[in-house]
Amino acid sequence: MAGVRVLVGTRKGAFVLTSDERRATWKVDGPHFAGWEMFHLKGSPVDPNRLYASQSSGWFGQLIQRSDDGGASWNPVGNDFAYAGVPGTHQWYDGTPHPWAFARVWHLEPSLSDPDTIYAGVEDAALFRSTDGGQSWTELAGLREHSTGSSWQPGAGGMCLHTIVLDPTNHNRIYVAISAAGAFRSDDAGTTWKPINRGLKSEGIPDPDAEVGHCVHRIAMHPKRPEVLFMQKHWDVMRSDNAGDSWIEVSGNLPTDFGFPIDVHAHEPETVFVVPIKSDQQHFPLDGKLQVYRSKTGGNEWEALTKGLPQRDCYVNVLRDAMAVDSLDSCGVYFGTTGVRCTCRPIPVTRGLRSCTICPPSSRSKCKRSRDSGRASGAFAHARLHQR
Amino acid sequence: MIRVVLPGHLRTLACISGEVCLDVAGAITQRSVMDAIEAAYPMLRGTIRDQRTQLRRPFVRFFACQRDLSHESLDSPLPQAVCVGEEPLLVVGAMAGG
Repeated sequence: MAGVRVLVGTRKGAFVLTSDERRATWKVDGPHFAGWEMFHLKGSPVDPNRLYASQSSGWFGQLIQRSDDGGASWNPVGNDFAYAGVPGTHQWYDGTPHPWAFARVWHLEPSLSDPDTIYAGVEDAALFRSTDGGQSWTELAGLREHSTGSSWQPGAGGMCLHTIVLDPTNHNRIYVAISAAGAFRSDDAGTTWKPINRGLKSEGIPDPDAEVGHCVHRIAMHPKRPEVLFMQKHWDVMRSDNAGDSWIEVSGNLPTDFGFPIDVHAHEPETVFVVPIKSDQQHFPLDGKLQVYRSKTGGNEWEALTKGLPQRDCYVNVLRDAMAVDSLDSCGVYFGTTGVRCTCRPIPVTRGLRSCTICPPSSRSKCKRSRDSGRASGAFAHARLHQR
Repeated sequence: MIRVVLPGHLRTLACISGEVCLDVAGAITQRSVMDAIEAAYPMLRGTIRDQRTQLRRPFVRFFACQRDLSHESLDSPLPQAVCVGEEPLLVVGAMAGG
């Protein structure tokens, strides 16, 4: 029987949610690392038992945890993230030079082909790689040492490298995004990088269409069409049809195009999901109505999906790593919120959610491919995290 | 035998309960005690002090014998009562709650 696991990172710890292909009832395992902030968890696409987690604490710093048994047990691995050479400075919020300093790992991206190889996106912005299952980490310093690096500046959450997208058809091609430097691409496996921000326009920087300085929030790709990218920028939803060489705005009829996450349907490369947020100053859904917007046309034409979501008094945010899709025949879409909706009815939610990723079922659960195609067309497996 | 009391989160991380008891060779200092802790419990590397600079993390404090040792030199001898195991070295997460 097919199934799905949702790896959930929260400010209170990590959870592994498991269900069968119907996704009607869920087993909640956790909290793992209770009391620690979990910035991200992700499983290896080539070994369902191999999971990685970024564990962080204001007191005790950064840890990387690894599971080799699908999340049943975890062991800390390497947490020494040392910049190559003398890292120099970037811009601080006030525009003055500020020394590069490691703070935490925002995002972990396991290799598409090797369970021991994994990339880590960190704050202050840099990309690291481990080829020994997370025991040791080496910076891919060509990114941070890009000629524009000294001009990069932090977003409100810090100068974080939060997005890593690997091209499944070209192992030399890697995309990253940094707040608030923008998007970058390497075509030589991470040695050299170029900004890919042509077409982005941002207020709040001296030159609205500058080469770097854009607050890119998230980039998503459908694995079968890797040259097409979708981006949720600070404001604006964008699309590229040429691997990021240029972008066009596809916000279309969205009621607001500010937001954080964006993802693509598992089987429909032109179906895209976003969660519109009111504004950069008011990080909650418009009118307190939590709505996912879906485009089936690769952008521009969007429709609100509201069934089962609170349509009043919902003043939460959805963070950039807190949306995922599964790969079952009827694609499930998952997201979590930053807080709890104030209500008199008991609606259990996952508080302080930072990330959720989908992982194939552990081989231990002896799953096989789904035979379920019974869900209605367009059915939206929403807000799974709101269910126990 | 040097006694060290770790914060709860680090006891969980190191899979220990109660105090840590360590044999420390040579001078008993913050640095030598931290070296011994990290040798015995490698998963604690980077959680109490920076792995590169060896400086105490900003939200971690060292107390012993009713004194705050946080700003003593890393290589100053610890109090005699700690050196002979009468008193523990307390590794404390900074008071940062509401």
